[in-house]
Amino acid sequence: MTIRKTTAMIAAITMLTVGACAKKAPDTLPPAPDGSGTDAGAGTGTGVVPGSQEDFLASVGAMGDRIFFDLDQYNVDAQDQATLQSQAQWLARNPAVRVTLEGHADERGTRDYNIALGERRANAAKNYLASIGVDPSRIDVISYGKERPAALGSTEEAWAQNRRAVTVVIGR
Amino acid sequence: MKRSLATRLTLVATAMGAFAALPAAAQTPPATTGDTPRTAEVVAEVSTERTVIAVPAFATPAVVNVAGLSTGTLGRQIADVIAADLERSGLYAPLGPGSVRAITMGEVRAPQFADWQARNADNVVHGFVQASGTGGLVVGCYLYDTALGTELVRQGYEIQPGDWRRAAHKCADAIYSRLSGESPFFDSRVAYIAESGPKGNRIKRLAIMDSDGGNHRFITNGQALAISPRFSPDYKKIVYVSYLNNRVRVFIYDINAGTQKLVTESSNATFAPRWSPDGRQILYSMAVGGNTDIYRVSADGGTPVRLTSTPGIDVGGSFSPDGRKIVFESDRSGSQQIYTMNIDGSNQQRISFGGGRYATPEWSPRGDLIAFTKMGGGEFRVGVMTPTGGGERLLTNSWQDEAPTWSPNGRVIQFFRTSPGREGKSTLWQVDLTGVNLRRLPTPQDGSDPSWGPILP
Repeated sequence: MTIRKTTAMIAAITMLTVGACAKKAPDTLPPAPDGSGTDAGAGTGTGVVPGSQEDFLASVGAMGDRIFFDLDQYNVDAQDQATLQSQAQWLARNPAVRVTLEGHADERGTRDYNIALGERRANAAKNYLASIGVDPSRIDVISYGKERPAALGSTEEAWAQNRRAVTVVIGR
Repeated sequence: MKRSLATRLTLVATAMGAFAALPAAAQTPPATTGDTPRTAEVVAEVSTERTVIAVPAFATPAVVNVAGLSTGTLGRQIADVIAADLERSGLYAPLGPGSVRAITMGEVRAPQFADWQARNADNVVHGFVQASGTGGLVVGCYLYDTALGTELVRQGYEIQPGDWRRAAHKCADAIYSRLSGESPFFDSRVAYIAESGPKGNRIKRLAIMDSDGGNHRFITNGQALAISPRFSPDYKKIVYVSYLNNRVRVFIYDINAGTQKLVTESSNATFAPRWSPDGRQILYSMAVGGNTDIYRVSADGGTPVRLTSTPGIDVGGSFSPDGRKIVFESDRSGSQQIYTMNIDGSNQQRISFGGGRYATPEWSPRGDLIAFTKMGGGEFRVGVMTPTGGGERLLTNSWQDEAPTWSPNGRVIQFFRTSPGREGKSTLWQVDLTGVNLRRLPTPQDGSDPSWGPILP
């Protein structure tokens, strides 16, 4: 048995444990684009565990786990729909997998309102996934409001990256 | 004798009058020059003076160690806390124990008025610290008018040694109330969120402290994100939001027991909690399928009552001090604005019409004003308006000032200020109703979401 396989097995066991307690999100929030923190074998192609976060990102693309919103908006536009369709295809291939949809807002809003706004955004993504055939009972929603920015600057560009809904694999 | 300061105000009431006469001032576009509160421009022509108060170290009849504390050292420390309280109020120019001579025990009841007049002090505070004989301390607090040679305040406190700061705050409150005619506010506590770590993954812990930052204590360990705490009116509990187990839920934390319980059982996110003034009910917001509305539930549990039902975001909220009305925010009009309603949800009316977005309304304990965050022109500023939306005034001017909370007497507001950029941080600040007396509050880490409780029981 190679070291790589052993690592992958440990990762799989960990994921099962996490999956046993529902609504447990991954340790890293938001997930790093390369999926670090879940599987040391990620990125090698052969080491990716089917149904894992790495597998998901390998399928949808590095930024394919998230959709972005305009200021104070929560509508799912054509580009978002394409992203979510790609996610739905992967979810269809991995029917036992559950995901969390994280809603986020930029820092230029008040704390409580931003939690409500993040809820709107995550639910908009969830509702679209449901409308194209993903069982909504597989999708948990959590809003982080402005608590967990992905881009740390205070620029329009950073804020645009932070107004997002991110799909995160939480196990099966 | 008074110390003249060009942009300072003697009394909050004076400033209120000045503002009432200049209602248009609040409508002008924000000035964007530095951190100076723009409101200072409005009041610059008002005659402004601060009363000079000498606060020498308190005397002791005998230097004794009580529970490891020396009565001599405490005499100096208590005077320091009193002077700092009076200075922070913005109304007074204290001469603390570092700048005036110490007094003898005999002077406590027989001040050398000529000495204090020679220091240009309008008033002088005298006091003593004495072992009580039962393991505690007795602290005496006197205020005199130096020109008239009269006694204005005489109070005594029998306290446990660890509560010496409270004796100082109570003495400062007695002085402040006697001289200003306002209700006291120093002897009170603040719950807030202590912040540390990188901006993308902040560690946020529930913490409590005295109104001046003393007696600081962390409550939660930071493993779960904690936000928006509020002290119960009796200071025994804190309602707040925890991301425990990666869910967004309102908990009531029992400070003495060190345990917490959910306010309501729900699979939905619950957040933005507030106590009713009698501590028997809790207001919170809940998102169902992406739509957030405001609910009210008994603090002991039971069936929640839904108060709003618009498709927009209805969130936050704060009770009027008589417990009969609620002020909250809603984007039902298309942008965040402030509304009031009765506690049963009836009679919902928008009160903010000044342009821009308004959030985080907080009803003053006096009932006369509502504090808010106003967003517009690239800035978040803290302001106040009447409960019907009149007399809007902005008190701060910075990149992001947010979430006002009232002092127990409704004369001072604490809030948090966030700086921009990758290293952006949040810190706690305090401003009085003139907008002139702006102070940063000392905290061991960064801070946000302050919540000022009532005068301690």
